[in-house]
Amino acid sequence: MIHFIYADALSDHPVLQRTMFTDRARQFSERLKWSVRVDDDGFERDEYDDMNPLYVIAEANGRHSGSMRFLPTTGPIMVNDHFSHLAGDVRISSPLIWECTRFCVAPDAPRTTSAALMLAAAELGRRAYLSHSVAVFDARMVRVYRRMGWAPDILGSDGTGRDRISVGLWAFDEAPVAALAAQAGVEPARASDWYRTSFQKPKAALAG
Amino acid sequence: MGYQEVQTKLPSVLESLQQVKTFDGLQRLVEDLRELYGVEHLIYHSVNSAGTPYAALTYDLDWVDHYLEEDFGRIDPVVLGCYQRFQPVDWKDLDWTGKSARNFMLEARDAGVGNQGFSIPIRGPSGQFALFTVNHRCDDVEWAKFTTHNVRDFLLISHYINQKALEIERGTDMVEDQVLSPRELDALTMLGMGKSRANAADSLQISEHTLRVYIESARFKLGAANTTHAVALALTRGKIIV
Repeated sequence: MIHFIYADALSDHPVLQRTMFTDRARQFSERLKWSVRVDDDGFERDEYDDMNPLYVIAEANGRHSGSMRFLPTTGPIMVNDHFSHLAGDVRISSPLIWECTRFCVAPDAPRTTSAALMLAAAELGRRAYLSHSVAVFDARMVRVYRRMGWAPDILGSDGTGRDRISVGLWAFDEAPVAALAAQAGVEPARASDWYRTSFQKPKAALAG
Repeated sequence: MGYQEVQTKLPSVLESLQQVKTFDGLQRLVEDLRELYGVEHLIYHSVNSAGTPYAALTYDLDWVDHYLEEDFGRIDPVVLGCYQRFQPVDWKDLDWTGKSARNFMLEARDAGVGNQGFSIPIRGPSGQFALFTVNHRCDDVEWAKFTTHNVRDFLLISHYINQKALEIERGTDMVEDQVLSPRELDALTMLGMGKSRANAADSLQISEHTLRVYIESARFKLGAANTTHAVALALTRGKIIV
């Protein structure tokens, strides 16, 4: 099950909220040793979490099993604020491009989690009429993306070993939806259900 | 009005938007846009970081006054469903089930608000928020056809209107003259020279995707409708020479 949740609605899902931020601390601070802040609650949070981003959160056994974070590039984003030197010094800004950061997979997550998240991202791109996503990610994830059949175009990378961070681009019109769904172990139409469940309210007689 | 016709008009709409210097001009442009797309209403509403509201819209002014007097923003499902968010929303997907929402909807209908709508929340620089709505009166089939054809146009138009409103508010041309980076200028120059995307990407030693994103980014900064328009604007403004 995948949820699309804005930050201001995260408190409606207290377990997902807590486990997402602690899983992020484990992945980005403990495992990858990125210089990220972990607060007293053990949450890895940064200033972009305070800008009401949209989280795509995978849930397994009632807790967070993986997630990503989206922000529109028309507002403040991490790539423009901190990594533009990795994006050809271009300040990326367009209503058709969103930034995706903090791709996280919990240590005990089902093997299908990454593919399910990518499938959900493709659905989000379609529903929001986006052309591209620009992302900041752990450079070693590239082979995972490649294996899933949806590899980013790398604009630039920085650092070495576990510190290595890349900025890359995904084109939504190239999302291999059927292949991602197969790897996620779901029907392709399932992504549409995830979106509807998250965003669409019970039908009322609006048009009538 | 056919989609093709509207498509070819988009560059000229954006050109007129570039010429707008005042809030009155923006209001007239929104009225012209309504004619162009043949819809019932268009509404642009903005709240800047200081909390000052501004609107350019085609609703009946009595309805606007009534809305403000009754403080309908507290119960309006469109406001509740879009505030501080950023994905476009069809009104059908909002929650109209509550009693106050349903009563609000009936009043809105009486005031000439159409039964269909989609709203585009806009996140501007430094915490600024705006909402652009296209409202129409038609059945679901026609509406689905209209939105499929026009949402991307309106995504662009709404953001350009927002940039223009910010620019007028600040009284500067900062937004219009957003600086293009050397990579963006290179990309536009290559296309201006008549190179294909593949060729241009090759010459710049970047992938075609990267080129597309640089062009998209430049297009938005220039306020252009499409790639050709972006190259034309960059040329006429002397940003590139081919």
